[in-house]
Amino acid sequence: MAVEMLAYIKKQSRVHELSGATKLIIFLCWSTAAMLTYDTWILLALLVISFVIFRLSKVKISEIRFVLMFILFFLLLNNIAIYLFSPQEGVKIYGTSHVLWEIAGRYNVTLEQLFYHFNITLKYFVVIPAALLFIVTTHPSEFASSLNRIGVPYKIAYSVSLTLRYIPDIQREFRTIAQAQQARGADLSKNEKLTKRIKNAAVIVMPLIFSSLERIEVISNAMELRGFGKKKKRTWYNATAFRRADYITIVTGVVLLILSLVITFYDGSRFYNPFY
Amino acid sequence: MKKPIVSFKDFTFKYRSQTEPSLTNINLTIYEGEKVLIVGPSGSGKSTLAHCINGLVPFAYKGDIAGSLTIKGMETKELDLFTLSKVVGTVMQDPDGQFIGLTVGEDIAFALENDAVANEQMKERVEQVAQLVNMENYLESSLHQLSGGQKQRVSLGGVMVDDVDVLLFDEPLANLDPATGKYSIALIDQIHKESNKTIIMIEHRLEDVLYRDVDRIIVVNDGEIVSDSTPDELLSSTVLLENNIREPLYIRAMKYAGCTITEAMKPAHPDTIEINKGKLQDWYEDRPHKELNESSSPILEVDNVTFAYDTGKTAIQDMSFTIHQGEMVSIVGQNGAGKSTVSKLIVGFEKVQRGRILYKGEDITSDSIHQRSERIGMVMQNPNQMISKHLIYDEVALGLVKRGIADNLIKERVEKILRICGLYPFRNWPISALSFGQKKRVTIASILVLEPEVLILDEPTAGQDFRHYTEIMEFLEDLNRRGITIIMITHDMHLMLEYTPRAIAIAQGKKIADDTAVNVLTNQAVIHATNLKVTSLFELAVRAEIADPGEFVARFIAYDREVRTWQ
Repeated sequence: MAVEMLAYIKKQSRVHELSGATKLIIFLCWSTAAMLTYDTWILLALLVISFVIFRLSKVKISEIRFVLMFILFFLLLNNIAIYLFSPQEGVKIYGTSHVLWEIAGRYNVTLEQLFYHFNITLKYFVVIPAALLFIVTTHPSEFASSLNRIGVPYKIAYSVSLTLRYIPDIQREFRTIAQAQQARGADLSKNEKLTKRIKNAAVIVMPLIFSSLERIEVISNAMELRGFGKKKKRTWYNATAFRRADYITIVTGVVLLILSLVITFYDGSRFYNPFY
Repeated sequence: MKKPIVSFKDFTFKYRSQTEPSLTNINLTIYEGEKVLIVGPSGSGKSTLAHCINGLVPFAYKGDIAGSLTIKGMETKELDLFTLSKVVGTVMQDPDGQFIGLTVGEDIAFALENDAVANEQMKERVEQVAQLVNMENYLESSLHQLSGGQKQRVSLGGVMVDDVDVLLFDEPLANLDPATGKYSIALIDQIHKESNKTIIMIEHRLEDVLYRDVDRIIVVNDGEIVSDSTPDELLSSTVLLENNIREPLYIRAMKYAGCTITEAMKPAHPDTIEINKGKLQDWYEDRPHKELNESSSPILEVDNVTFAYDTGKTAIQDMSFTIHQGEMVSIVGQNGAGKSTVSKLIVGFEKVQRGRILYKGEDITSDSIHQRSERIGMVMQNPNQMISKHLIYDEVALGLVKRGIADNLIKERVEKILRICGLYPFRNWPISALSFGQKKRVTIASILVLEPEVLILDEPTAGQDFRHYTEIMEFLEDLNRRGITIIMITHDMHLMLEYTPRAIAIAQGKKIADDTAVNVLTNQAVIHATNLKVTSLFELAVRAEIADPGEFVARFIAYDREVRTWQ
């Protein structure tokens, strides 16, 4: 189901018009910048730009709600985990401790820790729009060609995109096989003990492998018969030629990345410290 | 004299994994612009022959070759798959499995992409080819949204984009409903006439292919060519009978009526064959009318059932029907009409949203899959989706083992079922050593061991040749005589006519007919809505001016069942 949620959303927008490769490059720049920096100002700037781009794409929040909720849930989990394992992380980083209130032992709430969490959350929000937009505004057929364009060998790029495409098919197949096995008594529902359920799931794997192998044989014969793998290079029907907008976008993206890295590492610390 | 394009000389091929050659001493020449049909039962070597022509043998399936095969004057074993694919274009069976692109344009372009054709030229060429197969308005459409006929056109386009000399169709009719099959044959014929390419078709559904002219029919059996003649010659000979290939039904009906089929009668088409009205009418009058058996008590009732998938599309709407104890019924309908959904609702794979399902009068709507499986068994189309054990015995025993039944009891029940299914001698064999038909039996046995009283089978004979088809169906009939009620989901019209007295037709999630199979198959409106087609028997009866053609069909089937002895 989640895979269908991450499907291409057809729209007419500036973001959709960009070539898949451009979006992939931007996504990579964007996430590198967001991963490396903890500079709050940079993150805020990137965040604002992210939101602007998101608006430009005309994709509605409601269309990606499921994935978004899923990621936000993860974000929450991540924040909780950080606090549980390292409640003094903020203090360690920023070197001061402004305690708001005590809880127990080393678990207290400090401004520093809160600020640290705020930064982590910001990072998520910077990366989320870029990642989602790359996925939902890139036509699946363009996926392989974009990978190929940034230097991934086309055979690998093709297998990645074929795999992605077959996931829904295999899910469907899994369901059918699971139902058939259930009818024969392999209970996969919660009525059964977990160990037994795992054991029962094993009887589904064999048929799934066999039917997938069958599928692979057919598709690989079909591909070979139509000349796949003949030459070192291939062209792509759906590759959109780089246009001015693409070049401008890529240059802007790279400049932003460099700029953010320069600012981040300029003073020798990746963190912006408001407590100093 | 025309130029030969494909030419086998004393050609023998043995797969590396096998001990016996799959093709022996093949001598066959196909000329430019010819339209040739290759027929033969499963395992006859006809698919291997096709693989030799398109190069999958020996380049993808390795083995030993003796003799020579030249295509367009080139010795194939000295070429490679890619060079060959520029001469021979292959349309494989099952278009769904072989689509590589996601949209029509992309799939047609695939071969050009691999040739590294520049983008602009590629678009232009795709446009041209799309026009050739009448798909130019669908270039951006997703392949999954197309109808069966459109899919065929796209796969044809994907092959023709290379401007090949030979078009090879590997079982183009498998998996197609009768109406789409008929359409495909017409399309192939049209392409042949317009492009004058050489056409080679591999198929065992002879009658369906003969819907349009072919120049020659080559019969393959046991790895050898047993006949090479025109359709008229072949149909007036005994070659088909000797090689387990089903004769067209109208030919058989004429033979029953005492006519001798000769080449001069032009037997290749039901509407051109010279018929003897008198003899057909006499035969018809002589045959008794057969009343259908009185129906027994209901075993399964589908009562006003409605169901929609998550996507919101209503799949089944207010459907009701009753199956009686001991019946053999077929459920027919176009792909996507809802026939598989109905069966899933009956066995509980999907949950009924409104309405009830009754088993012997008891409401089972809220029973789980597990509970229902002891009363109603479901056998899926592809046995590979069901088999999960290595040995036959274990596979059949699986359902009982999972139910925690005592070992000695399991042994007793499994052995009993294996005997009924004719699998007892093989009980310790690995399943992988079995043929498709035998695997099907194993899956049926693995369901029967749970002792259901109703058995639902999804396309039990799909892709089977006449002999395996008969084997499977006679086995099912035997089970039926033992008291098991059988429901079949199918679009095989022969199967409906021959084995299921009653048929339920479904279109767009609604029941549109529930009648005798003969009546369903002679009702134009139903035929149209379910993508079936009129049987040639009916056409023959009309031509013979028989008052009730439907009754003629019924009498033919009854008689055919009586006299046809298999081996």
